[in-house]
Amino acid sequence: MNTPDAADTPERPASCRALFLAFTALALQGFGGVLAVVQRELVERRRWLTPTQFIEDWAVAQIMPGPNVVNLSMMIGGRHFGWRGALAALAGMLCAPLAVLLVVAALFVQVADHPLAQGALRGMGAVSAGLILATGIKLLAALRDNPMGRGACAALALAAFTAVGLLRWPLPVVLPVLGAAGWAWAWWCLRSGRSDQA
Amino acid sequence: MSAVTAMDPHLLNWAALFGQCLLLSLLAVGGAITVAPDLHRFLVVQHAWISDNQFNASIALSQAAPGPNVLFVALLGLQVGLNAGGGSGAYAWSLGLLGVAVTMTAILLPSSLLTYTATRWAHQHRQRRVVRAFKAGLAPIVLALLVATGWLLSAVHDDPARDAGLWLLTAATALVVWRTKLHLLWLIGAGAVLGAAGWV
Repeated sequence: MNTPDAADTPERPASCRALFLAFTALALQGFGGVLAVVQRELVERRRWLTPTQFIEDWAVAQIMPGPNVVNLSMMIGGRHFGWRGALAALAGMLCAPLAVLLVVAALFVQVADHPLAQGALRGMGAVSAGLILATGIKLLAALRDNPMGRGACAALALAAFTAVGLLRWPLPVVLPVLGAAGWAWAWWCLRSGRSDQA
Repeated sequence: MSAVTAMDPHLLNWAALFGQCLLLSLLAVGGAITVAPDLHRFLVVQHAWISDNQFNASIALSQAAPGPNVLFVALLGLQVGLNAGGGSGAYAWSLGLLGVAVTMTAILLPSSLLTYTATRWAHQHRQRRVVRAFKAGLAPIVLALLVATGWLLSAVHDDPARDAGLWLLTAATALVVWRTKLHLLWLIGAGAVLGAAGWV
């Protein structure tokens, strides 16, 4: 079941049960995003991953479709215990937070028509819009090292924002078309060797 | 905004919801939240299975609770089921839980299978040009989708006289998150207090 690189980690989870419990604990700490908690718990505290392995796994988790931290948990679980480990990590990441969320939602339904609850949700909605905007803005800095160059990055980003945000075109049309264009352009830029000089 | 109607809890409608989430699962490159604009289009604009306010409330509640942000999809499924079952009571909640199961299974299954089987290949070939080009080419699009999500959540409120406070709160939040390391829970709490007090 083990892949060769599992042997390189400083420590390893003892069992699928340990994986499940570890991922449950860190998912319940993750308010507004789990990634920072994953890094602190699994790399610094439990040492199931070296920092380099973490960065590489995170890159792959981002490339693959699906929720990033869910992908990451499956990759870590799968490396140690095959598909059973992947399932244990996935279940740990989702089960307890889902139960908490359903309880919160059930409590909220009781008071949903109250003006105070309506107002609170209106305020929280505005804040979560701000959280998402800020995440996008913060990550824009990472585009500086993009091999396509700033002009192409800006054009692709502007096209994606216009299509989805302003024109409200469906994502299943927009993403494959723009994604293929970006993939092809980045492929061409990397081929000409520009990124090697950076 | 749009009139609140509900989904007819017919097998074909559940299948349509399941199918849309299956499709979006494979398109969620860059995180689950990037499919929020398309779920909004599908659930609110196209089918009117949930209202604009319910959509925003689902996102806000899932941000306020711990866990991966893909769980907002579960809350949308819950809301679709609750509306279909008349809003409250045992029948509505059983449809709501069915909605959770349908949406979460569909949003996780394709991407998880693909990730699990493709992980070793990508790990072994992470220096290959095709892998690096995919990541680089998708990066600006993925970021733009994040910004579009924040934009759509704000654009629901389009009356300047009534909603100027909300826009200000969104902008202030974005600025604080961008510039400081303040715990996000404080911001969610501040939004709830400001909203409950009627200041935004």
